[in-house]
Amino acid sequence: MSEVAAANHLTSANGAASAARIPLDDYAALLGSAEIDELRLMAKPLHGRSVEMINSTAVGGGVAEILNRLVPLTEELNINIRWDVITGGDAFFRVTKAFHNALHGAPYHAEQKDFDVFLATNEQNLSRLPLDAEFVVIHDPQPAALIEGRKKNGNHWAWRCHIDLSHPNRGVWEFLEKFVMRYDAAMFSSPEFARALPIPQYLFYPAIDPLSEKNQDLDEKFVAEVLARYQIDPRRPLLTQISRFDRLKDPIGVIRAYRIVKRYFDCQLVLAGGGASDDPEGAVVLKETQEAAAGDPDIHILELPAWAPLEVNALQRASTIVIQKSLREGFGLTVSEALWKKKPVVATAVGGIPAQIIHKHTGLLAHSIEGTAYQIRFLLSHPEIAQKLGEQGHQHVKENFLITQKVKRYLTLLLAMAKPTG
Amino acid sequence: MHAAATPFEFFTVSSLTRIGNQSAGTICEMLTGLQQCSDGSIFYHTFQTLGTHHFLTEGFSNDFAQWAHADVNREDLAEQLEALDIRDYVSIAALRNDLCRVLADYCKQQPAACKQSVLERFYFCESEDVTFPFRFTARTLGEFRQGVAHLSHASFYFHFISSRLRLQLQTNDFSHWLADGLGLKRLAEAVNRIDIYTNTLDSAHSQVLRLLDRERGAA
Repeated sequence: MSEVAAANHLTSANGAASAARIPLDDYAALLGSAEIDELRLMAKPLHGRSVEMINSTAVGGGVAEILNRLVPLTEELNINIRWDVITGGDAFFRVTKAFHNALHGAPYHAEQKDFDVFLATNEQNLSRLPLDAEFVVIHDPQPAALIEGRKKNGNHWAWRCHIDLSHPNRGVWEFLEKFVMRYDAAMFSSPEFARALPIPQYLFYPAIDPLSEKNQDLDEKFVAEVLARYQIDPRRPLLTQISRFDRLKDPIGVIRAYRIVKRYFDCQLVLAGGGASDDPEGAVVLKETQEAAAGDPDIHILELPAWAPLEVNALQRASTIVIQKSLREGFGLTVSEALWKKKPVVATAVGGIPAQIIHKHTGLLAHSIEGTAYQIRFLLSHPEIAQKLGEQGHQHVKENFLITQKVKRYLTLLLAMAKPTG
Repeated sequence: MHAAATPFEFFTVSSLTRIGNQSAGTICEMLTGLQQCSDGSIFYHTFQTLGTHHFLTEGFSNDFAQWAHADVNREDLAEQLEALDIRDYVSIAALRNDLCRVLADYCKQQPAACKQSVLERFYFCESEDVTFPFRFTARTLGEFRQGVAHLSHASFYFHFISSRLRLQLQTNDFSHWLADGLGLKRLAEAVNRIDIYTNTLDSAHSQVLRLLDRERGAA
């Protein structure tokens, strides 16, 4: 089975990425039936119309996770949606990882051969993908050049950028911009990421699924078992950062913040994350993190498989405070995951994080290692404030960052794009 | 039961947030931004944000005040911006004037502080709304109660909060129809007195339903 076909049959063909199909009506218990009825009402003008979502990985990372939920829910609204994944070799993913870091602002000098690899892989995918849906949504830079395959039937193309473009490497952005400006609209996770483009730019938040294994309620016994499995003491405060082992997530900065906190509180730190199939750098960063943590039995570096939702859920629920100390961030969906579980969160004010953490209302923002440590100490000293932040954070996620809200946003976008102009 | 000549039509709304091309990194730049931004942007950062953040019933009023508080660290300015109550405004122009007046006064009093770079820039956005009519309308108080009971957050926000600008009156869709359609002026006033700053959309929704039930019980 080709990778495209595999992505189209995720629930049956790829056990690693499979997720039980959750009927839309099941969300009514959490959100109220009025919210679900409203989605059905909005979808009516789009019944039977076609949408094609395209990204670069079927497993691992936030985009695949969202599409894995968004696609079945949209199908249930009688919209003809398909999800395709581009294929590419090691060279392509090395180049796109370098582009990813460069777009986040890391130093990089792109050479013509890098652009050639990028274009060649996009061209190969052009011949494999249908690209004939009424609405085509391309996710992230990897497949951005597929716009070359836009049919002359007047279909609508949107580019959804999940990464932080606030300080992009000029060479890489100028290369990509030529493609992006040919779309009908672009969507970003933060207003800070918008660029000077001649097309409408919209704020689009990623979302979590409250009924998925990663976010559903868990039995306390299971949470205790997970802690025991990783030799984590349930009686002492637990600080946790769930993230891929990626320099932009600053795992070593988290260890330094923890060491400041540790002078005052007998706490433990968990750094847990999996790899993604499009991230070849993860192993190097994991090794660096293990070296930085060496000798401290209270630091637990957990390399989780790409799909370990129940373990992640349990670790978040067992945490006293959840940290997201990213240096750059597209959105940082782990923040919403923690807030949904009513956990107090201390996070850096980068990318999409301030949309989730309204400072002093739904969590605390920091701008440095020392600031992160200070906010953690403040919350450990004031558990009643930590509890209130967690509860308000839960409401914030319920209102703005759930998958049903995401479906609604896409429906609105499709309706807006289909509206005749002029 | 008395029936209104014109039925109440229930709508809902869904919004896309369009990112504008203006931002502010100082208080002075915020003043310029407020003077130049679109009406849609003023609406988004005041009326709409109240709906999006309805669950914050303490210390959250609008995006400009939150920026002054969290990113500029100027509590005195935040307090003045927070005090602007959208219920007092029936036009964006009037609201914009008052926002600009607060900032201009502050810039006069604290010229040096207003030129200092802040922690995080403010990005002006605006909303693009798509509205949808529901299948149901109401002519009687009973039908109206039934319709209100089934409203989503977005729909309740549309009729109860953002309606003030559409009507250009210091009231909301519900109160307007209850008074004009059914002649229930006291009920209309009671509904309009529900405080949207200290209530969540859920608690305001429940209060409207309680008032409707009380009226129906008394009838």
